[in-house]
Amino acid sequence: MMNTWIAGSIVAVIAGMVGFFAVLRGQTFAAHAIPNGAFAGAAGASLLGINVIWGMAVFAIAGALGIGALGSEQQGRKSRNDVVTALGLVLMLGLGALFVSVSSQYAEETYALLFGEVFGISQGEILPILGLGILTAVAIGVAFRPLMLTSALPEIAQARGISTRRADIYFLLVMALATSMTVPVVGALLMFSLMIGPPAAARSVTARPGVALALSVVIALAIVWISIALSYQTNWPLGFFVGVAGAVFYLLGLGVRTLGVSRTRLA
Amino acid sequence: MHYLFEPGLFGSGPVRTALLVGAVVAITSGVIGVFTVIRGQSFAGHALADVATTGGSGAFLVGLNQFWGFLVAGIVAAAMMEGIGVQRRRGRDVATGVVLGAALGAAALFLYLGTLQTSTTGASFSVLFGSIFVISPDTVPALVASGIVALVVVAVLTRVLLLTSISPDLARARGVRVRTVGIVYLAALAVSVSLAAVAIGAVLSTALLIGPSATALRVTKSPGWAMVTSALAGIAATWLGIVLSYDSYYWPPFGHGWPVSFFVVALVLVGYLLTYVKRPRRLAPRSPHEGAECFPA
Repeated sequence: MMNTWIAGSIVAVIAGMVGFFAVLRGQTFAAHAIPNGAFAGAAGASLLGINVIWGMAVFAIAGALGIGALGSEQQGRKSRNDVVTALGLVLMLGLGALFVSVSSQYAEETYALLFGEVFGISQGEILPILGLGILTAVAIGVAFRPLMLTSALPEIAQARGISTRRADIYFLLVMALATSMTVPVVGALLMFSLMIGPPAAARSVTARPGVALALSVVIALAIVWISIALSYQTNWPLGFFVGVAGAVFYLLGLGVRTLGVSRTRLA
Repeated sequence: MHYLFEPGLFGSGPVRTALLVGAVVAITSGVIGVFTVIRGQSFAGHALADVATTGGSGAFLVGLNQFWGFLVAGIVAAAMMEGIGVQRRRGRDVATGVVLGAALGAAALFLYLGTLQTSTTGASFSVLFGSIFVISPDTVPALVASGIVALVVVAVLTRVLLLTSISPDLARARGVRVRTVGIVYLAALAVSVSLAAVAIGAVLSTALLIGPSATALRVTKSPGWAMVTSALAGIAATWLGIVLSYDSYYWPPFGHGWPVSFFVVALVLVGYLLTYVKRPRRLAPRSPHEGAECFPA
C-alpha cells in the first residue's frame, strides 16, 4: 500500500509535467499511443522472464522513434502524423496481444498491464521508478525553454534555428521514458488519462505557463491520491477512478473558466 | 500448398464464419476508412473504438452479445464527439482524450465486475483483442446487414462527403448541411468500428480502419480507386491473418495458436510500410495548396 502510494505520487508528478507539454503541443494522440508500447514491452519482458521495466523502456522508446521517424515535419500535415501514430499504436497493442497470448498466464496479466493494479508495486520497483522519474524531470528541465518555444510559437522557434522536428522527437522520447515507469501503476490505457486530464483542466483555469504546469502536477497528484484511496476502499480497479477523476477535474476546470469569463464580463 | 493451407481449413465451420465476417469487416472498414483518413479523423476513429470497448465490456457484464454493446457505445460516442465539436482541431483532441480516458476507466470497471461475476478470465482478452473464431453463426446475419447499411449510407453520400471533407466552406456555399453529413458519417464510422471490434478486437479495430485506407491513398490517385484498393488490401490482410493464425497452431509454443489480430495488424503495417519503398513518381514539385494535398496520407 505504502509502495503504491509512493510510486503513484512519482507517477503523478511526471504525468502532470509531461502531459502539460503533450496538451500544449497537440500531441494528445501520441500520448495515447506510446504507453501502449510500454504494454507490449511489459508483456514481452514477462514472456522472456526479464525485468519488466526494461522491456517497457525499450518498446516505448522504439515506438516513439518509429512514430517520430515516419511522421512528417510539415506543420500542415497533421493527418499523416495521425495515421502513423494510429498504426504504431495498433502494432504495439498487437504485439502485446501476441506476447500475452503466447505466454500462458495471460488473462490477469493483460488486465493488470492495461488497467493498472493498486498492489502491483513491490519495494524493489520503487527505485527504478524514482530513477526514471528524475531522469524525465531533468530531461524536461534542461529543454524547458526550447520546448515551450516550439510548442507555443513554432515559427519563431524555427527562425531562431530550433528544429521543431527535433523538438518533437525529443519530446516523444521524454514521453517514452515517462510512460515506461508508469504502466505498472496506472496501466497502459489509463496513463493517457492521467497525462491529459490534469493539464487540460489547469490550462482552462490559467493562461500562465508556469502556473499551469504547477497546477497540472497538483491536480495529477490529487487524482492519484483520491484514486488510490477509493480503489483501496472498494477494491475496484485503480484505472476506473483515474479515468473518471480526470474527466471530473477537466469539467471542473471548464466550469471555473466559464464562471471567470462571466465575472470579467460583468466587471 | 499443404504447408500454407492446413488440410481441413476450409471445412471448419468457425473458419468459414471467420472468413465471411472478415471480408465484410474489411470492406466496410476499408471504404469508410478512406474518408476517415481524408478527413484527418484517425484519432476520432480510434477514440470511437476505445469507447466501444466500454460498450463491449458492459455487454459482457450483463450477458448480451458484445456486438450490440460495441454498436450502442460507438453511436453514443459519435454523437458526443459531434457535440464536442469535431471541427476545432486542438481543443477537440483534448476533449476527445478526456472522454476516451473516462470511457476506458469505465471499461476497466465493467471487465473487473464481469470477471468477478462469471469467474471467466478470457473476457477482457476477447473484448480488447477480438475473437473471430468464436463468432456464433447466429450473429453473422446481423453483422453482414449492418455492414451493408453502413456501406449504402456512405455510397449515397460519397460525393457530398468528399466535398465536405476537402472544402467545408465550398460545401456550405453550395447548400450542403455540413453538420448533418458529419453526424451521419460518424454513425457509419461507429458501425464499421463495431464490426472491426468483433473481428480483431476493440482496441485494434483502428488497424483495419486506418491501415488499408492510408496505404491505398498513398498508391492511388482518385478516392474511388482508393476505396477499392483499400477494401481489397483489407480483405487480403484479414484472410491471410486468419490462415496464418490457423497454421500457427503448429508453431512454437506448440498446441497454442497465435492471435489472428496480431497477424492482421502486422500485415496491415507491412502493407503501409511498403508504400514508402517505392513512392509514386512526381513530375513536378507541388505547392502545398494544390488539389492533391487534399489526400494527405
